[in-house]
Amino acid sequence: MRIGLFIPCYIDAFFPEVGIATLELLERFGHDVEYPHDQTCCGQPMANSGFNAEAAGTEALFVRNFSGFDYVVAPSGSCVHHVRDNFDAIEQTGVVKVVRARTYELVEFLHDIVKVEAFPWARFPHRVGLHNSCGTLRRLKHARPSELHEPFFSKPMDLLSKVEGIEFVQPSRPDECCGFGGTFSVFEEVVSTKMGYDKVRDHAQAGAEYIVSADSSCLMHQQGCAERIGVPMKFIHIAEILNGVSA
Amino acid sequence: MSTVREKSNDAMLHPELRAEDDPDAIIRDGRRLDHAEGASKALRARPEPQPRGAKVHGNRPIDQAEAAARFIAAPEHEKMHDERLWDLRQKRDREMHGIPEWEELRSLASAIKEHTLTHLDEYLDQFEANARSNGIHVHWARDGAEHNQIVHGILRDHGAKLLIKSKSMLTEECGFRPYMASVGIEVIETDLGERIQQLDNEDPSHVVVPAVHKLRTDVAEVFARTLGTDPGNSDVHYLAEAQRKATHPLILNADAGMTGCNFAVAETGTFVVCTNEGNADLSANVPKLHIASAGIEKIIPRLDHLAVFVRLLSRSALGSPITQ
Repeated sequence: MRIGLFIPCYIDAFFPEVGIATLELLERFGHDVEYPHDQTCCGQPMANSGFNAEAAGTEALFVRNFSGFDYVVAPSGSCVHHVRDNFDAIEQTGVVKVVRARTYELVEFLHDIVKVEAFPWARFPHRVGLHNSCGTLRRLKHARPSELHEPFFSKPMDLLSKVEGIEFVQPSRPDECCGFGGTFSVFEEVVSTKMGYDKVRDHAQAGAEYIVSADSSCLMHQQGCAERIGVPMKFIHIAEILNGVSA
Repeated sequence: MSTVREKSNDAMLHPELRAEDDPDAIIRDGRRLDHAEGASKALRARPEPQPRGAKVHGNRPIDQAEAAARFIAAPEHEKMHDERLWDLRQKRDREMHGIPEWEELRSLASAIKEHTLTHLDEYLDQFEANARSNGIHVHWARDGAEHNQIVHGILRDHGAKLLIKSKSMLTEECGFRPYMASVGIEVIETDLGERIQQLDNEDPSHVVVPAVHKLRTDVAEVFARTLGTDPGNSDVHYLAEAQRKATHPLILNADAGMTGCNFAVAETGTFVVCTNEGNADLSANVPKLHIASAGIEKIIPRLDHLAVFVRLLSRSALGSPITQ
């Protein structure tokens, strides 16, 4: 398959290792992965803050960069949710609709499209707490949110369970938001950081060495919170574990 | 596993926040059973003062971020509030797991609401006609100001000076109490949380649990100031009893009663008030006159539909399987 690699702007700027792991991982499964060099932010921060019309330029550019691929894959739930479900600042031409429908978040791509059976190169002998970003959990339906009376499933946990040596710990409030919430962390700074402190403490109390997530933005926030209150916690994107990072 | 976590939980807490060992505590599955409020201990000689509500700044109506920062800066209040709301969530989840058809009920309720809201004109007319034939007087208010004027007119016609009422978020939104004060009618809230907030001259902080942000020491302070209770006694039974005694004569002497309305059934012209403390029964039944304030979105088409909503209501709101 010919895949367009969509690396969200903050991953490009702050967590290049997550982008590299995503590329390597997709290539391990034999895909032809291309990184369009003109890509920028997808426009999510503008649209989420009520400046939808101002996101039109980035949306048009996104479609120009990513049309013609079999799939567009990104290691970020919120960006994929924006492209797939809210990308309406531009005219919905046939090309726009196709690009939107073909855009996948990494975990769902591996789980639902590639249907990965094994990660023979991956070994992670650590206790990890899984952080489901609220948006990825509920909008992309990565897993069953705890407030619903439905059968349990978890795509990230399915994938991570195939990694040798990994051990999961369960925080007491598994689905509670970490407080990042994009611009929420700016406008509601005190609530945001308090939620982050509570989140990393909850994982620490459950015995986690690492918090793993499909969303680097949540990890970035929690890492800052953990450092401030001195909780000794490590943070890692799911792509790095699945790609066999040696920790 | 939960026992282990409980222990390490305490170890992670700031020493100031750790509750003292309570020999009377009921322990089940390694957890102390008290309500979060009951579990909160006086940790210093002087109770932590309650952070007050949001300030209004010019054209920015409520500075919620600033108020939240002040609340979070009060560790005992923050901890109690967090635990209490999480407790509600856990109770709600437990109730949810007891109902196999829970998600079906939610979808059905959502569909009923969607249908009703897209046929509001028909159902409102149907409700009005049926309610009138039941002997109910129906008034229509375009906004909060008109609502308050209509209620004032009814009270004036009945010569009513003292009104008891149960909790209603609609009347909060209408600025009902300040308006009534301005026209010389005394309003007594009968819901305990709402009464605490009324006595403290503070808006409710939550639609279901209006005084959820208060520690019992805060309530002791409010009652000492307004009802003359012992300021050093924050025992919840003592405080509840003092409030009951103070309010009882007012309830018996009230000229009129007011409630909100949880559901208005179009096909029967009846309305339903759900109450957890039984206080709405007093507001509805003790005085000769009962006024119910209902938003137009409270309409449901049929009595059958009520069964769907009533099963969801108190389980979702309070995590309790039943309410009155």
